[in-house]
Amino acid sequence: MAEFETATQLVAAATKTREAGYVDVDAYSPIPIEELHHAIGFPHTKLPLMVLIGGLLGGMGGFSLEYWVSAVAYPLNIGGKPLVSWPMFIPVTFECTILAASLTAVFGMLMLNKLPMPYHPVFNVPRFAMASRNRFFLCIEATDRQFDLDRTREFLTSLDGAHEVTAVAN
Amino acid sequence: MAQSNQPLADRMEPVAGSGTPIVIAPGHTFASVTDKISSIVLTQRTPVGYYIALLTAAGLAGLLLMSLSYLVVKGIGIWGNNIPVGWAFDITNFVWWIGIGHAGTLISAILLLLKQTWRTSINRFAEAMTLFAVACAGIFPLFHTGRPWLAYWLFPIPNTMSVWPQFRSPLIWDVFAVSTYATVSALFWYVGLVPDVATLRDRAQGKVAQRIYGMMSLGWRGSARHWHRYETAYLLLAGLSTPLVVSVHSVVSFDFSVSILPGWHTTIFPPYFVAGAIYSGFAMVLTLAIPMRVVYGLEDFITMRHLQNMAKVMLLTGLIVAYGYGVEAFMAWYGGNYYEGFMMLNRINGPYWPQYWALIFCNVIFPQLLWFKKIRMNVPMLFVISIVVNVGMWLERFVIIVLSLHRDFLPSSWGMFRPTFWDWSTYVGTIGLFLTLFFLFVRLLPAISIFEMRTIVPEAKVQEGHGH
Repeated sequence: MAEFETATQLVAAATKTREAGYVDVDAYSPIPIEELHHAIGFPHTKLPLMVLIGGLLGGMGGFSLEYWVSAVAYPLNIGGKPLVSWPMFIPVTFECTILAASLTAVFGMLMLNKLPMPYHPVFNVPRFAMASRNRFFLCIEATDRQFDLDRTREFLTSLDGAHEVTAVAN
Repeated sequence: MAQSNQPLADRMEPVAGSGTPIVIAPGHTFASVTDKISSIVLTQRTPVGYYIALLTAAGLAGLLLMSLSYLVVKGIGIWGNNIPVGWAFDITNFVWWIGIGHAGTLISAILLLLKQTWRTSINRFAEAMTLFAVACAGIFPLFHTGRPWLAYWLFPIPNTMSVWPQFRSPLIWDVFAVSTYATVSALFWYVGLVPDVATLRDRAQGKVAQRIYGMMSLGWRGSARHWHRYETAYLLLAGLSTPLVVSVHSVVSFDFSVSILPGWHTTIFPPYFVAGAIYSGFAMVLTLAIPMRVVYGLEDFITMRHLQNMAKVMLLTGLIVAYGYGVEAFMAWYGGNYYEGFMMLNRINGPYWPQYWALIFCNVIFPQLLWFKKIRMNVPMLFVISIVVNVGMWLERFVIIVLSLHRDFLPSSWGMFRPTFWDWSTYVGTIGLFLTLFFLFVRLLPAISIFEMRTIVPEAKVQEGHGH
């Protein structure tokens, strides 16, 4: 794992690492960097699709509930008015859509990120505490095909701006 | 002027000539932003003034507890509510608190979608304000039922009585809207907190603090993949909250406008309620932000630009609200309905005329001072205006609710409402609860979003030509 001082250096280093053929790479930064996930070759996330499906299910669930309650389980005949008065069902349908979509967005994000995860090897590096303040880190994982402790260390050291290259104990 | 090609929101420096103040004071870096904001939470010294303020607020919250306990024992007869004024302080306070909450969501969601970077310094505590305001709001309808332990009847839960809620009623829409709003606001707030709590975890000295912040941060480590999904989720939440916040106060206004009562039965209510909500919410954000930035020395982050922008939003929404009052009066006359006309005359010249004219003064006349730049740059004056608007928006709900109810179609069913001690104590008590929660929040969690503040520091920009 190598440490960098600026976002620009990290993005440049991540691009070089990908070009060198490393795949199991992760980068750590105190701010979201838009360019970074392209640089490490991270594909688009499925999250928006999940949220869309969650919202649709929520909306349909809400409407079905109202339909079932008003027309099947507890029909109230008031002056012969229709039991399925759907325009009156829209507000609750809408709120259920938003609720389910929001829950999907948050819990979907946590699930895809495999959070909560109290322990992770990178926390073993004492200087990693700076990743939540002002330092940037690039980590090549030992599971990578090309990984070789000495050669990878040499590669990381050769990157522009890299210092404090460390091996991370699992 | 080199900056004129950039989008407005990207301008960190003052625009030459116009004298627009900056979003963040110059010279700040990742490290200085992080240290400054987290030191408020992580410092060992708590000033005596903080304890005095917290204890005062907690004392008022105790008054709330006492009032509610007495209410549960005696019933809502301890309030001044009667027939015909079945809704009074309780619903007034409910609508007032819900409205205050709206500014938090507006700042965090709508301004995010509009790429207004100035929102960054104020969104966290505005969101906290939303949560606490919704909590205070929820107390009123719950206890107004008189039997809060039966509140689950409001939800579609299978029960031995085989009775289900009436989904055609705006009151049930309200249950869904407010509970969804509370849930989504809490999620939004917590998701925003996760990276900041990770910062606190890494910087905390004490073992206990490290443990607690560690658990709350869910093991956040700032991975690029995580950030990417995180940003996606955050943006989606903002997109979902935007129609939600508009729907919540619209639904609240349906509670009134779907009925046939003169003064309630009007189609202007949804937009006028939403504008009023934002108006009162920004007033409350100013009321909280102005003392906070002085006490904690946050003038670098909450600059005159923020105060000015909030003042401008208040001016705009205040004018929409004033338009709403105008339309109400015009339609009462133009509609030709006898009862509507009487309702309006009764507001102007009836037994509650002082409240109506106080409302017009607080919400329409006094805030016109905000047209003047001198006033917008004058912090004590802004604070005074924000308080006046808070009072005015409370009066607005009082006027809508009590004045419409106390004179309906038949003179035989007319009445008067006079608040009792317990009406006041419950209301003041919720202000105490709100302030208690807010004081605790400021002391225990970062009141300004640290990671979003980092993104507006100059060093956050990735230089083109290096990375690509």
